[in-house]
Amino acid sequence: MSAPDLITTIGMEVHLHLATRTKMFCPCEVRYDAPPNSCVCPVCLGMPGVLPVMNGRAVELAVRMAIGLGCTIPAFAKWDRKHYYYPDLPKNYQISEYDEPLGLGGHLDVELDGETFRVGITRVHLEEDAGKLMHAEDGSNVSVVDLNRTGTPLLEVVSEPDIQSAAQARAYGEALRQLAVYLGVGHCNMQLGQMRFEPNISLKIGDGPDGSGGQPRYTPITEIKNLNSFRSVERACAFEIARHRDEFAADPAGYTLENQGKSTRGWNDDRGVSFLMRSKEEAHDYRYFPEPDLVPFVPAPEWVDKIRADMPETPSQKRYKLVTTYRLSPYEVDVLVSDPDLSDFSEEVLRNAQDSSTAAGLIMTEGLRFVNERDKPISKLFKPGDVAAVSDMIFSGEISRSVAPHVFVQLVETGKSAADIVRDENLAQTSDEGELERVVDEVIRENPGPAQDFAEGKDKAVGRLIGMAKQKTGGKANPNVVREILIRKLRG
Amino acid sequence: MAILDQTACQMRDALRRRDLTAADAAEASLAAIERLDPTVAAFVATDACAVRRRAAEIDARLDAGGPVGLLAGVPVAVKDNMCTADGLPTSCGSRILDGWRAPYNAHVVERLLAADAVIVGKTNMDEFAMGSSTEHSCFGPTHNPWDTATVPGGSSGGSAAAVAARMVPLALGSDTGGSIRQPGSLCGVVGMKPTYGRVSRYGLVAFASSLDQIGPLARTVGDAALLLQAVAGHDARDSTSVNEPVPDYLAVLDEPVAPLRIGVPKEFFTEGLDPEVERLVREAIGVYERLGAKLVEIDLPHATDYAIATYYIVAPSEASSNLARYDGVHYGYRAPEHADMIDMYMRSRSEGFGDEVKRRIMLGTFALSSGYYDAYYKKALRVRRLVRRDFDEAFEKVDCIMGPTSATPAFPLGERLENPLAMYLSDLFTVGANMAAIAGISIPCGFTGAGLPVGLQILTGVFTEDRLLRISRMYERQTDWTSRRPAICEASA
Repeated sequence: MSAPDLITTIGMEVHLHLATRTKMFCPCEVRYDAPPNSCVCPVCLGMPGVLPVMNGRAVELAVRMAIGLGCTIPAFAKWDRKHYYYPDLPKNYQISEYDEPLGLGGHLDVELDGETFRVGITRVHLEEDAGKLMHAEDGSNVSVVDLNRTGTPLLEVVSEPDIQSAAQARAYGEALRQLAVYLGVGHCNMQLGQMRFEPNISLKIGDGPDGSGGQPRYTPITEIKNLNSFRSVERACAFEIARHRDEFAADPAGYTLENQGKSTRGWNDDRGVSFLMRSKEEAHDYRYFPEPDLVPFVPAPEWVDKIRADMPETPSQKRYKLVTTYRLSPYEVDVLVSDPDLSDFSEEVLRNAQDSSTAAGLIMTEGLRFVNERDKPISKLFKPGDVAAVSDMIFSGEISRSVAPHVFVQLVETGKSAADIVRDENLAQTSDEGELERVVDEVIRENPGPAQDFAEGKDKAVGRLIGMAKQKTGGKANPNVVREILIRKLRG
Repeated sequence: MAILDQTACQMRDALRRRDLTAADAAEASLAAIERLDPTVAAFVATDACAVRRRAAEIDARLDAGGPVGLLAGVPVAVKDNMCTADGLPTSCGSRILDGWRAPYNAHVVERLLAADAVIVGKTNMDEFAMGSSTEHSCFGPTHNPWDTATVPGGSSGGSAAAVAARMVPLALGSDTGGSIRQPGSLCGVVGMKPTYGRVSRYGLVAFASSLDQIGPLARTVGDAALLLQAVAGHDARDSTSVNEPVPDYLAVLDEPVAPLRIGVPKEFFTEGLDPEVERLVREAIGVYERLGAKLVEIDLPHATDYAIATYYIVAPSEASSNLARYDGVHYGYRAPEHADMIDMYMRSRSEGFGDEVKRRIMLGTFALSSGYYDAYYKKALRVRRLVRRDFDEAFEKVDCIMGPTSATPAFPLGERLENPLAMYLSDLFTVGANMAAIAGISIPCGFTGAGLPVGLQILTGVFTEDRLLRISRMYERQTDWTSRRPAICEASA
C-alpha cells in the first residue's frame, strides 16, 4: 500500500495594531518612538485600583475590519480576562474577547499567481497588547521592561484552516495587511511590530472521510508564535510542513493529532528552524472569565449600519475597477493596488491620461523609483495631473519616453509643472522632417556598416542608427520619424 | 458639647458659622487618635502635619467667606484600600504593598478633597478587604471600642471603630459582602452600602470588582447622608458607575415614608441567630409598626444560604484575578532572595500575602480553572441572577426589607480565626445585597446585656438611597442609641 497523501492545512492568527491615537483602555498616546516607559499611566501600568475604559474608536475600527472581512457583527460582545504571568503584562491578565467576539464568520479572497483562493474567517476580536521585555545581552542576568506598548489596541483575526501551502500563507497575510491599510484600520508597519502572525499547521492524512471511509486524521497541530514578516511566515510554514512530513514518515501511527495534540513552537529566523516552546502538557490554563470592570459591548444596529455605509473602498473593489475600466494587466493591477495611496493616485492619473498602459508604466517605473528612494507616498511626491501630462506627451510623440526619468526628477526637485519643464528645457522631440533628413544623411555617411546591414534587410541595425540620430539631436529626434526616413532612404 | 460629640452635620454648620475652626476640629480628632488609638488600633496611617496644614488652609477660606465644599473642615477617615496620592500610604492591610505609594487619588478621595474635608488618616482593614473581623491585617487587629476584647467586624473595622470611638465623625468604608454594614452593626454606627454603581470604584483597590462598593460610616443617618452626598455620582473612569442623578439626600431626610410596607423574610430569622439580636431587631421592627408601617412576611429563598455559597465562588474568583498583579515585578514587596523569575513570583506572593488572602486566591483560581469553570463560576452567576430575582419580586410587594445585619454581636478576638467557615457565615445576611447590587444599611438598634451594640439591616431597591435613608431616619428619631458613647471615650474625655 502506498503512503497516504498529506494535505497541508494552515489556519492563521493575525494580530495587528489599530490606527488609534490612544490606547485601548486609557488615554495614553500610542507611540513607537518615545523613550521607554514614557507613554504610560496608572491604568496601563496596572496599578492597584485602576479601571479600564473602552476606546470607542478602536471598537469602531475593529468593527470596520470585521465588516470588510464579511463577518456578521453580533448584537452582543463581551470582554474577558485571560490570565498568565509575565513581566511585560502588568496586571498578569490581558483584557480580550473570549467566547463572544465582535465579529464572526467571514472570509477573505486572496490572489496568488493569477488564481483566487478563499480563506474562511472564524472570528475577529479586540484585545490589549503587552509591553516589551528585553534581556541584557552581556550575560548579566538582567531584564528590563518597556511598557509603552502595554494597552495598545490589538485586533486579532483568526482564520479557518483553509490555507494549503506556505505561499498561500504568505499571500493571505499580505492580503489581510492590504485590507487593513485600505480600510484605515491599521498602518501595519512590519518594522514597528504593528502586525504579527501565528500560523497553526497540520497535515491532513489521506483524502478525508470519503477516501479512507473514516474520520479525517491529522498530524499534530503546531502553532508558530510571533512571526513578524511575510518572509518568515512563508519560510516557517515551509519548514514546518516538511518537518511534519518527516515526522509522519518516521512514525505514521504515532505522529497524529489524536496522540500528541497541539504544541507551540518558536521560529529562529537566522537558522531557519522552528523549536519546541510548549507541548500539550505544558499548555497554559488561561482561566478566562468575563471582565467585571467593563460592560458588555452592545452595538446599536444604526451604528453598525453607519460604519457599513462609510466603508472605504477595499482592495478587491479597487482591483475590479482598474481591470474593467482601464484594461490593465493582472501584474500592473497587483502593483498599483498594493497600497491605498498608490492606488488612489493611479486611478486619478488613469482617469486623465489618454493611454492607460503608458500611464501605468510611468507610475510603476518612474513614480515608484522615487517612492522607494524617498520613502514617501507617491501622492506626496507628484501631482496626478503632471504624471498624466507626461504620459500624454509620450503617447502623442511630443516627447521621447527616454526623457521621462529626467522630467520626473525635475517634477520632484523644482515643483514646476510637466508642461513647463518640457518647454523650459526644450525637451520636445524633433519631428521636423527637413532637419531630421539632414541628420539621417549624416548618420548614414558616418556609419556605412550598419546602414548597409539595414539596407540588406537586417532590422536589428535600425536601433543603432536611430540611437546615433538621437545622440546628434540631444535626444530630441523622434525615433518613429527617423525610422521612416531611414526606410525611405535605404530601402525605398 | 465636646467637638467630637457633635455630629458631622452639626460640625459643618458650626464651622460655617465660625463657631468652630477646622483647626480645632482637626486637633480634637488628632488628640482623640493619640489617646484612644493605642487601644483601638483603628488607624494605620495619619499625618498630623498635613492635617494641620490642610485645616489652616480651609479655615482661611472659611474666614474669607469664599465658597467652600460640602464637608468644609470636617475630619474624615478613609479605609486603606482607597488610593491617596499625597503623603499617606495605601496598603490594604497587606505586606505585598509594602513601600508602594499611590501615584493618583481615588475618585472618592478627589471628591472628599473637592468637598474641603480634612482627611485625617487611613484606617485598618482585613487584608484586601477579605475578612469580617479586621484581624487579617499585616498591621494587627483593630479592637471594638465597646469591648476591646472583641472584634470591630470587618473588613471596614478600622473605619467603623474610628467613628464609634469618636475619633472622627465620618469614615469611608467598602462593602463587598457586608464589609461596611457588619462592622457598622458590631460597632454601633450607621454603615451604608449604596447601590452598585452609585459611587465610583476608580482608585478603590479591587477585591471583587462586581461586588465592591464604597459607602459611608457615621454615627447618625444624617451624617451618612452627608458623606454619601459628597462621594456619589457618575465617573467616566469607572465603566460600571451609573449615570443616575444624585438626589439631595439631606433635604428629604426627615420626610417619613408612608405608607410603608416592610418585608420580613423568614430566611433572616434562622436557627443560628443570637436570641438577644433577634429580640432587639424585632423590637426595632415593632417601632416601625407603631409608626404605621405594615409588615409583610416574604420569601427570599436564595438570598442567604445560596447567596453565601455563590458569593464564595464569585468573590474569590474575581479576587484571584484582581490580585494577580501583585507579583513583586513592578511595585510593592519583592522577596529579597530568589533563584529565578518564577521563584521570585512565588516567594514574593508567598511572603507578601496573608493566609486568608492565599486561601481565597486558591479558591478562586480553582473555580476558574479549565474543567471547573462551568460547574463553579458559571453556575454561581446563574444563582446570582436568582438572588437578584428574589429581591426584584420582593420589592414589587414591599418598600424595604428588614432583618438583622449580623447573627451575633461582636465576637471575641481570635474566636473565628481558626474557623474560616464560621467567619464566612458572619456575612450570611449581608451578601445578598451585594449579589443583587441593591442598597443596604445597618443602623444601631440597641445593646445586648453585655453592652455590645446590635444593628438593624434595611435593604431597598437599586438607586433608592434617598428612601433608604428616610426609612432609617424614621427609626432614629424614635430612639437615642446614637447618643450612647463607648466607655473608653468617657475615661478622659
